[in-house]
Amino acid sequence: MNRNLAWTAWALLAPALILVLGVAVYPVVRTLVLSFFTQNLSTNLEPVFSGLYNYQRLLADGHFWETVIRTLIFTGFAVGSELVLGLAAALAVHHSPFGRGLARTAALVPWVLPTAALGLGWIWIFNDQFGVVNDLLIHAGMLSKPIAWLGRPDTAFTALVLADVWKTTPFITLLLLAGLQTIPVQLYEAASIDGASRWQRFVQITLPMLQPTIFVAVLFRALQSFGIFDLVYVMTGGGPGGATETVAIYTYRNFMRYLDFGYGAALLVAGAGVLSVLTGGIWLVLGRSNGGDR
Amino acid sequence: MKTYLPGFSWKRRGVGAIVLGVLLLWCLGPLWWQFVTSVKTNAEITGLPVTYWPRQWTIEHYVELFARRPFARFLWNSFFISACATALCLAVSAPAAYAFARLKPRGGPVVVALLVGVAFFPTIAFFFPLYEVVRSVGLTNHPLSLIIPYAAFNLPIGILFLAAFFRTIPREIDEAGVIDGLSHVGILWRLILPLSGPGLATTGILVFIASWNEFLLALTFLPRMEAQTVTVAIASLSGGSLFELPWGLIGAAIIISVAPLLVLVAFLQRRIVDGLTAGTTAN
Repeated sequence: MNRNLAWTAWALLAPALILVLGVAVYPVVRTLVLSFFTQNLSTNLEPVFSGLYNYQRLLADGHFWETVIRTLIFTGFAVGSELVLGLAAALAVHHSPFGRGLARTAALVPWVLPTAALGLGWIWIFNDQFGVVNDLLIHAGMLSKPIAWLGRPDTAFTALVLADVWKTTPFITLLLLAGLQTIPVQLYEAASIDGASRWQRFVQITLPMLQPTIFVAVLFRALQSFGIFDLVYVMTGGGPGGATETVAIYTYRNFMRYLDFGYGAALLVAGAGVLSVLTGGIWLVLGRSNGGDR
Repeated sequence: MKTYLPGFSWKRRGVGAIVLGVLLLWCLGPLWWQFVTSVKTNAEITGLPVTYWPRQWTIEHYVELFARRPFARFLWNSFFISACATALCLAVSAPAAYAFARLKPRGGPVVVALLVGVAFFPTIAFFFPLYEVVRSVGLTNHPLSLIIPYAAFNLPIGILFLAAFFRTIPREIDEAGVIDGLSHVGILWRLILPLSGPGLATTGILVFIASWNEFLLALTFLPRMEAQTVTVAIASLSGGSLFELPWGLIGAAIIISVAPLLVLVAFLQRRIVDGLTAGTTAN
């Protein structure tokens, strides 16, 4: 009977497992294998076993490590701002006496819209001559003359971070808002009776209670942000002069433009390695619960 | 459980109004700007000073989108692919979710870990081997080349959300099914699924939105113009040049491509928010 049950369970799981194995697990294994082969224009796109050659190339590829550092900086700025702004917005909406429903609906908008389509919209918003950002900044007196945001390395990078923060901050806000609503109000009442200040209540009740939500949100966002592709592809294409090229863009270019498949695969493996280190770091900082049941 | 309920005072109301205003401006501002651009004439778009409310309204950009470019076709492609991916994803997720929620197979946690891993990895990690397969079986430009990966990438959402929903259905219902001689498949199909409308809807919406918005695979697997999805079609409006872009047309295209999603949000925001937050706060 019990054996029967196990069979039924696995039979019900089978279609999902086959799909995941085929579409996710197989590609990972295949990428790993491919990274030990040279398959590019010099081999007429035939795979030739080359051992660790791609990895040696990669270690010496300064351009790749630049993109890694750049992507990590992007991730740090983007996710950091999202967390701070998202938490501030969540607290503000949570304590607002009205408009929570409206705020939630509005917050969904940036998150559900296609990044690639909006990316083109951002080019227009940051346009040097007729862009709304320049116009507003000049009217506010913060800028004396228009700047070509996407034409300069530093401002192009800033524009990308802004566009990413715009899209994902509301998402973090929604998650934190839901987290805030699960904190029992008795905790705050008890703290007030004990004479805790507003700041003490925030640090000693709100933050620890939100910690699991913050951990999941930051981890998820950091991994997505490190793999960012569509926004950069559309908004800057990695330019100007490679100044905004991320790991995903560089990797895609190696595959689809240089047709350097083996090396592209090695880049993916290295990228996954960096991603694991990033995950470990985030877990060390945010993942350990302080007295919760996780 | 008692949770926070804000009190009413004029100061609170004032702050609340400001917070709401800033939030609305932040969330809707960039989109509003695309809309304003899309209904301006070309002369006004590239004229100074910049106008924040169109002096002269026009629908010429929308007309061009449909009359001179195959945007209806792109919209249909996106809709067809996303709808099929959603259906496939739900069809595969439901039995798996039932197995997790009710049968608790040994080794189940391993499968859950695998699913979470898939959910957290960016698409680029999987794309190239899929591209090889798509090419070798001749699925380039075929909707299936996206439907299958989209269904698979969204299985984590599908299975975990549906399993969470199934757990809220009382066990007594299953037991009644057993007494009536139903198999597990029968219980799932005849008893659980008919009660799962809200769960299926929430999950389906999230899968649909994710599929509609996907870019990397759509860009790579569907090179032929007539096969393209709307996000890729918009991105290629730029034609690779930063200068002299048809901004009115682009604005109109953005508005058209996001309209279906805005409708979903307007009608189903409660469900979407619940679905989104369930995954992170429940465990």
